[in-house]
Parts: sequence; C-alpha cells; structure tokens
Amino acid sequence: MSPRLSSPNLQLNEQGKLKHFLSLEGLKPHHLTEILDTAESFINPQTNEIRKVPLLRGKTIMNLFFEPSTRTLTTFEIAEKRLSADVLNLNISTSATKKGESLLDTLWNLESMQADMFVIRHAESGAAHFFARHVAPHVHVMNAGDGQHAHPTQAMLDMFTIRKLKGDIFDLKVAIVGDILHSRVARSQIQALSMLEAREIRVIGPKTLIPPFPEALGVHVYHDMKSGLEDVDVVIMLRLQSERMKGALLPSEKEYFNLYGLTEQRLAFAKPGAIVMHPGPINRGVEIDSAVADGAQSVILQQVTYGIAVRMAVMAIIMSNAAQLAQSQNETALADTLEKAEREAQ
Amino acid sequence: MTPIQDVNPLLDQLCNQIQQHPRFTSDIKMLGIRTGGEWIAQALHQRLGLSAPLGILDSSFYRDDFAHNGLPAEVQPSQIPWDLDSQNVFLVDDVLYTGRTTRAAMNELFDYGRPASIILVTLVDRKGCRELPIQPDICAMTLECNQAIKLHGPDPLTLSLIDPAETDL
Repeated sequence: MSPRLSSPNLQLNEQGKLKHFLSLEGLKPHHLTEILDTAESFINPQTNEIRKVPLLRGKTIMNLFFEPSTRTLTTFEIAEKRLSADVLNLNISTSATKKGESLLDTLWNLESMQADMFVIRHAESGAAHFFARHVAPHVHVMNAGDGQHAHPTQAMLDMFTIRKLKGDIFDLKVAIVGDILHSRVARSQIQALSMLEAREIRVIGPKTLIPPFPEALGVHVYHDMKSGLEDVDVVIMLRLQSERMKGALLPSEKEYFNLYGLTEQRLAFAKPGAIVMHPGPINRGVEIDSAVADGAQSVILQQVTYGIAVRMAVMAIIMSNAAQLAQSQNETALADTLEKAEREAQ
Repeated sequence: MTPIQDVNPLLDQLCNQIQQHPRFTSDIKMLGIRTGGEWIAQALHQRLGLSAPLGILDSSFYRDDFAHNGLPAEVQPSQIPWDLDSQNVFLVDDVLYTGRTTRAAMNELFDYGRPASIILVTLVDRKGCRELPIQPDICAMTLECNQAIKLHGPDPLTLSLIDPAETDL
C-alpha cells in the first residue's frame, strides 16, 4: 500500500500547531507567516548576519540524507548549530541500509540514540510522512525533500527571499520556469504562493514538462518565454532534472536552452528590477545563462543565506510548540488532580 | 487594578540618578529590553539627549524557560546600532522581579561583544522575589514582592498596581 501523502493532521499537534514539517498541504496561511516572521527575527537588520542562539541547547538533531545534497544538508546543519543543537549527519547510502536493515529498524535504532528531531531527504515520495507516522510522540520530523512530492523548507526560503527583496507577495506576479513536472520544489512553491495569495502564478515550460492538469494548481501556463515573462516581478528558474526523466521528454539540452534558457534578452521581458531565483544547483548554459546567474538581478546566493534563517525558524517553532503543548498538558493534569482532591475532601 | 500617578516624576528621578552616575557621559550607550524597557529607555534617551541611537534588545531566544513555555507570540530582532566593545552600557527594563530577564539580556549582550560595563536601570524593583543575584544600579521605585505592577504605553506611559488578591489566582 502506498503511503497517504496528505493526511491533513499528521504534521499538526492537538492545538493545531506544527509538530512535523512535511509539506505545505493542510497548513493554513498563518503557519506560513509565522515561519517567515520568526525567520526575520534571526537576522540582524543592520548587518544581515544570523546569530547563534541557545534555543535548542541539549536537543539532538539527526540529518538523514538518503539522497545526495550539498546545499540543503549544509544549510540545515548550520541552522541546527546556530540554534545550539547537537547535530549528527548520517550518510545512509553508505551505512546499514546497504546491509539489508529495514527503514523502520534504522529509524528505531536512531531514536534509541536520543534523537529529538530527524531531518530527512529521500528519493521516494512520502518518505518523510512514513517516518513521521512511526516516530515516538516526542520526536519531530522535517522533510528536506522527498522524491517528486515536496520540499517545503525550500519553498519557504523562496517566499522569505521574495518578501524580503520585493515586499508583500500579495502584490506580485511570479513565473516558475522549466521542469515543473519532476520538481518537488515547484510543487511546494506553487502551494506557498497560492496560500500567500500571490497576484499571479505562472508556469513556463514545454508541454512535456508541465503536469497534465495545471489549472487544478491555480496557475497560468505559458509555453514561450516572451509572453510568460512579460511584466513579472519574480522569475524562478528550475534545474533540468535529467536524473528523474524517463524517456525522451526533450530533444537536447542545447535545444532546451535555445527555447527556455534565461538570457539577458529574455529577462528584459520581465518588469525592470525583477529578481531571478534558482533553488540550485544551477546548470549554466542549460536553464540559465551565466550572465544572468551572476548578474545584478540574480538573488541565488541570498536564497542560500536566507535558507539558514528559515530552517532555524521552522525548527524553533516546532520545538516551541512541543514545549507549549507539554506545559498545557501539565496544567490540565494538575487542575484535574486538584479537582479530584477537592471532591474527595467534600 | 489601581492606577498610580503619572510615570513622569519617576522618569525624572531616573534621569537624575543616571546623570549622577560616575560612568555617565553624553555618549553612553543605552539599551532597552523589549517591550516595557524599550518604552522607558525611549523616554530616558530623549530626556537625556544622548548622541548615540537607542538600542533595543529582544532576549526571547535567550530565555531559560523555552523548554517550558516555548517562544513568545512575537519575537523581533534585537537592534544594537553600535559596536558594543568597551562601551558603558545602560541597560533599561521596566520591572525587575526574578532577575531572569536581565540574565537573558546580559547573555545576549555578550554574544555581541564585550562591554566595558553594564549599568542596570529599572523603573520598579519588586524586592524579595529574586531568583538570581542581580540588583538594580539605578531604580525609581521599590515594591514588595507580592505587589505586581503593569506598565502601559508607549504613549502615554502609565503604571497600575495589581491587587495581590488578583494575582494570586
């Protein structure tokens, strides 16, 4: 049986607050703005530095990466260390799973090593949900990318970058360009943009790389860059994910660049001052020209820095919610005991 | 709740004491602890005509009760608009009670640099409930521990005394 991807309450606790962070499905706009506002508070407004704070001192966070990653793993690790947590990176592809240990056995063993939070990246869609369903009640799960399903912290750091550099998302037209079909990033970005009520969400790409029913996502579809980029405030380029493509979806990378590569000429169709984003890693000369990637409108490296603050925010909020829930349960238990004692005394 | 007199005379008294402090010069650095301390610090900063801009400290990330209470609803970044190293810092809060807020604020301060000294200024000192060895250097009013107090502001700034019977819920 395939795991249900969107059981709505799995990532929320009984107070309706974040317990795990698995995908943006089932969340409310206030969950998103809370993350963006908290991330803001980690950044020094004068210097743009992200300070180290003692919030998660004594907590252990394990980064379980079943799929290779540099940027996401590194920014998660920095974020955890800036929160003063103890951090363990487990490169699962070279460890016990190779020796035949099942995913659940791996999970329970790691849990016994006193983990408080798992950050999981996996090539299978639904892997983070699977973990979240099986962890002990006090353990939290963060999705750092599962198959073609979701990459919610990437989407949140993109929203943060847009808000920080272009202002309220409500007023903005955003175009996502490239391989929408295989991209977990695009899926999460579209969810976030529509929850934050972006003025217009466009996707641009060849028919073979656009999902079959794009209207259901609430986006406008374009198949050419000129009309698609016209008047947009934000251009999000996606990486061409050749490793996920089965069959002949594209004639060649060169032809793709000729039609959909972001060059300075094409960027000129967008609004003056539009920003160019990319989740990385970038393929220069495939989806983006070097002149644009290194140009004045590119904010690709700022996205990486903001990714630290956003991941800190999500982890701090999850642990804060857990503390508040435990506190209220203690208070209820205490009130019950007092009430019972009173009744017995009468 | 009993409204108390205007805060202005108390602010005047704090200004006087600050000016008489041996470390006072016109270029001292002043820092208010969000939110009540920030209001008091703004008023003092204006009255004293200090040259350096006012700093604001939000010590929420440094509190020792995170594991019990989590984060407060709204946390904002601290703003320390000058280099802290070797400065005489007047740290301002509205009410000194257990001393834990002051501890958190000082911890945060030392993440920014090494001040030459920290002088603790509080509008009100609720004596007798301290949980840490922290005392104000400058203070306009003392209360007993069981007398809770609330500052309203920022404009106008008023203080009200909360009846001990009300706080003892």
